[in-house]
Amino acid sequence: MLKVRVIPTLLWKNFGLVKGVGFDSWRRVGPVLPTIKVYNSREVDELILVDITASIEGHIPDHESVSDFSHECFVPLTVGGGIFNLSQITSLLRAGADKVSLNSALFENPGLVNDAAGQFGVQCVIVSIDAHRTERGSYTCFSHSGTRNTNREPLAWAKEMEDRGAGEILLTSVEHDGTMNGYDLELIERVASRVNIPVIASGGAGNYQDMIDAVTKAGAAAVAAASIFHFTEMTPLGAKDAMHEAGIPIRRRFEM
Amino acid sequence: MKVALINYGMGNLGSVRRALEDLGANVIIAEHPLMLLDANRLVLPGVGSFGAGMERLRNGGWIEALYQQVIEHHKPILGICLGMQMLSGLSEENGLHEGLNFIPGKVLRLDKLGCSLRIPHVGWNEVNYREGMGLFNKIPQAMDFYFVHSYAVVVEDPADVSATTSYGTTVTSAISRHNIFGTQFHPEKSSKSGKQILKNFLDYTPC
Repeated sequence: MLKVRVIPTLLWKNFGLVKGVGFDSWRRVGPVLPTIKVYNSREVDELILVDITASIEGHIPDHESVSDFSHECFVPLTVGGGIFNLSQITSLLRAGADKVSLNSALFENPGLVNDAAGQFGVQCVIVSIDAHRTERGSYTCFSHSGTRNTNREPLAWAKEMEDRGAGEILLTSVEHDGTMNGYDLELIERVASRVNIPVIASGGAGNYQDMIDAVTKAGAAAVAAASIFHFTEMTPLGAKDAMHEAGIPIRRRFEM
Repeated sequence: MKVALINYGMGNLGSVRRALEDLGANVIIAEHPLMLLDANRLVLPGVGSFGAGMERLRNGGWIEALYQQVIEHHKPILGICLGMQMLSGLSEENGLHEGLNFIPGKVLRLDKLGCSLRIPHVGWNEVNYREGMGLFNKIPQAMDFYFVHSYAVVVEDPADVSATTSYGTTVTSAISRHNIFGTQFHPEKSSKSGKQILKNFLDYTPC
């Protein structure tokens, strides 16, 4: 049986890591490489590293830096931000990323998912969806780090991405992100029940119970979180212990 | 301890290298078969398709060199993922392809092995090993390791199976015969338990 994963999300801006609220008001939280080393020592299941300026400024994450990061990462590493074509994916995978996370480019070129999955395998392709809840209670996908409304509906979009070959969906609630008030369970539940691929819950985790709820109530296959690990005493190991207590299958701890 | 990490162009070697270096090994990235000569350990990593991997081994002159080092000189080798699959004799991935045949067996797609779950098998899953398998020294039963694969090895001699994993069917997750070891999972992406596997490989002494 596959284990439910706990995945810290690292948002990379210029030379360091940041964290914001609702995709805005970014705070510096530290340097990248030492953070990766710390998370490795704390037995996280995966890491997601997203360059949040990349798509807006029109570049991809620097592959020399990605190479340095990946060499220190002894769990699977996903890299995202500004990826618009296959050759950029090739260069990031060569630099040691295990998967890439695609988002903004797909609204103009959804076939990139087919191409990437065909060339590198579905396991390399994470489609990231930043969902914004409208006043009427429906949802719409935003691109470019939450700055552009694409007017695409996340459920149908997630399904289309699955059909095109996405291996996983990283589903972030723009409103919940950084608030630590809990995940948008309704959003996660709706998407997770629509697709057969794993959905990674993201945006809003404020305590361990939020993570448990994302899995048991909303059907997430993994939980991603940032603020809770940056700004509180709570840790990925603590999260996994709490999830284990709640009967969720998690990866066992091992000390050499 | 000198470890030759075979660089035949299939996949990134960075994290395997760093993990081995952390364990105190002197790692050389072997770009040419002659670089295997003075190594104490060989590691054959690999991500990608079986046919492409074997073609690169053949074109690079690696096959003869590996045969000489592994079969004639009994040098310990660890094949990881595709590297493990290529230790077997034959693969059905996109047509039939001959492997190194160091451990006789063949490579089949998971659904042909009876797996009805999602393919590829990706994620952390439990590994159960046969007692006395040195590669799993100090590792508890049912420890989790990281898998990414669509095909799996079926060995001819059940004695060559050192560990299995349940994923809709019983998947061979590690094989070994004398100085030859293979893991279907990625020790270099399996955090500390993976590092223990690599340590055990470095510590292996033939009896």
